[in-house]
Amino acid sequence: MKILVAYKRVVDYNVRIQVKPDGSGVVTDGVKLSPNPFDDIALEEALRLREKGIAEEVIIATIAPADAQAHLRNGLAMGANRAIHVVTPDAVQPLVAARALLKLIEKEQPGLVILGKQAIDDDCSQTGQMLAALWDRPQATFASKLEVSGDKATVTREVDAGLETIEVDLPAVVTTDLRLNEPRFIKLPDIMKAKAKKIDTIELASLGIEHAGEIKTTHYAPPAKRSRGVMVKDVAELVGLLKQKGLV
Amino acid sequence: MQRETMEYDVVVVGAGPSGLAFAIRLKQLEPDTRVCVIEKASTVGAHILSGAVIEPAPLDALLPQWRDSPPPICVPAAHDEFLLLRDARRATRLPTPPQMHNAGNFIVSLGALCAWLAPQAEALGVDVFPGFAAADAVFDDNGAVAGVRIGDMGVAKDGSHKPGYTQGIDILAKLTVLAEGCRGSVSKTLIAKFGLDKDCDPQTYGIGLKELWQLPPGRVRAGHITHTVGWPLDHQTYGGSFIYQLDKDRIAIGLVAGLDYSDPLFRPWEAFQQLKHHARIQPLLEGGSIISAGARALIEGGIQSLPKLEMPGAILIGDAAGLMNVPKIKGTHQAIRSGMLAAEHYAERHAGTGFDARLRASNIAKELRKVRNIRPGFHGGLWRGLANAAWETVTVGRSPWTLKNHADWSSLDKLDPPATKANRPGPNATSPREPGWIERTLPPRDRLAGVYFAATEHDEDQPVHLHVLDTDICVDRCTIEYGNPCTRYCPASVYEMVEDLQEDGSKALRLQINSANCVHCKTCDIKDPYENITWVTPEGGSGPNYQNL
Repeated sequence: MKILVAYKRVVDYNVRIQVKPDGSGVVTDGVKLSPNPFDDIALEEALRLREKGIAEEVIIATIAPADAQAHLRNGLAMGANRAIHVVTPDAVQPLVAARALLKLIEKEQPGLVILGKQAIDDDCSQTGQMLAALWDRPQATFASKLEVSGDKATVTREVDAGLETIEVDLPAVVTTDLRLNEPRFIKLPDIMKAKAKKIDTIELASLGIEHAGEIKTTHYAPPAKRSRGVMVKDVAELVGLLKQKGLV
Repeated sequence: MQRETMEYDVVVVGAGPSGLAFAIRLKQLEPDTRVCVIEKASTVGAHILSGAVIEPAPLDALLPQWRDSPPPICVPAAHDEFLLLRDARRATRLPTPPQMHNAGNFIVSLGALCAWLAPQAEALGVDVFPGFAAADAVFDDNGAVAGVRIGDMGVAKDGSHKPGYTQGIDILAKLTVLAEGCRGSVSKTLIAKFGLDKDCDPQTYGIGLKELWQLPPGRVRAGHITHTVGWPLDHQTYGGSFIYQLDKDRIAIGLVAGLDYSDPLFRPWEAFQQLKHHARIQPLLEGGSIISAGARALIEGGIQSLPKLEMPGAILIGDAAGLMNVPKIKGTHQAIRSGMLAAEHYAERHAGTGFDARLRASNIAKELRKVRNIRPGFHGGLWRGLANAAWETVTVGRSPWTLKNHADWSSLDKLDPPATKANRPGPNATSPREPGWIERTLPPRDRLAGVYFAATEHDEDQPVHLHVLDTDICVDRCTIEYGNPCTRYCPASVYEMVEDLQEDGSKALRLQINSANCVHCKTCDIKDPYENITWVTPEGGSGPNYQNL
């Protein structure tokens, strides 16, 4: 079985996000970019399935500008067999991402597709679900446990009420939650090995995907600044001020 | 279990200006030499903090085409200004000392410059490995340095192995190039082991604090350079501030204070915050926001504190050696030159032997020799220091004497209750009742808020990377003798004295180390009056995530 892992590049979770002064986006110059943490979990799960002998090949795919090769090398160093780079200078929205991934699925015929439940930059949490619908295959989202046997996968999902366990027929789409696993550390010799692994490059424009119905972002703005607090002497003054502001 | 190893001809510790210049130059001279650069930061440049105005000549020599595609922040120096801040309101313009004229120089972000250099090294075939920290040197059977050991990953606070435990590998090389920057942890161990500093003065340091601000449009004059001396530092404390106006409405502002300061109550971070509220500076910052902030120790000892730069199997370059030119307040050009010189040396000899003599005969050392008496001249205070600096400048360092340096850890005065705090203006004032107090309105509110702008990150479940050899000293002696200065000089509030309630109802003091806050500035390793603190590398990839500092 082949496993396809969607592997997005995002602004690192430690970076303080800053809106550009002209409101056209967030600052990415000189900012550390990393794999989406949920996608790292997806890749780790795929690697574990390969190590158990359930999968033979793990392929990572990203839809990103031309400079994302180092990002894919990172996933290859972690252990993926090969990578597919769908090149586009622009950020893509979930529907376009799902359509592009579907094209890759048609070519690669994976038995399982694992994605992060969401990317930490736009927090959409839509690509996996859209992909399953377009592909017309089962989906198991927010997975915290994944077991594969034969042509079925048993998935424990994190839902509002607690945990839900479902069984899906393969091929299927699984999206990962935080507790599924803890991704491994990359070892130096594996970085060297990754340099010899294959990255296939495809232009997004060449896939023949419809761009219709896209969401337009008009501008970005940081959250409003909190106004300065005031120190009060006693409860009476506090109550007085609250009344004055019409809050009690 | 046998450790995995990787072999190179040369391993470079630290992807700063000296290490990257070394790697690039060596590959230019000998494309077949196998070189790798390891870097403890998660990405190249994330642990780099500098002013920085740089002299471009060494960069011209290293990469002649660099001006065609310059690093992302690179503003030609336009105008120099040198001010004496007399107090929180008044400033007097002084003649700019000749070393501080910056015509032809560039204001850069050294972090961005290194992040821009790394891919150029990679294009030449250098393996650059960010996220891997050198924990130790490894030695061969003859006791020579044979490479470095990468720190283990996935070790719990108690030393046990977590599920993802990954043993660090050994990188073995014919030559280990220590380019860790000021007070590198492996360099420190090796300088001691091989006695490299036995014939020189003790090393001296400073602490630099810096913030990068985004300001409302129209306020910033790109290329304008301001340096100040005086307030908020008292005249006994060496140091000053810099304000560099960049492009895109950004400015870099910072304060440097000599770590030979004597007042145990001095708080460098708070002094920097006071500085920002000077009447000349506050209006510049008002309404802006901080992009990134951090701190780093810098090396000030100069030629008389320069250790021997070679040992069996390894050499020291850049600020791991200590090549900064203090009166120029620049070290980057020296770092790049030393990296290039070391590469040329290796290409000729395929060994480090003879590098010490070669560097001492070079322009790098000549430049340091000329200014050798300026920094130590400030031991007698600001006025004597400035007068001495003028003399040394006019005589181009031809004085027949060389002033001595003293170890920074030994320079603190003991606490003398009636004499301290109240007499000291500014940075030590902690309430409006004390002289020199200035109400602060600009962010960050406190050191922890400042740590937030450094975006520092350490997995909390890993061994504490600040080794305090004897915590009893903190409680029994230091509290009484010096009032625990670690709680004041640390810019990230790593050190805290907390009171624990004992079973019998009494209270006992205890040192708490909040190591996850650490911004890797190394000040504690330098300034602790009992030399009680040792900074070691935490898990690779931990630490600050500076953005264009």
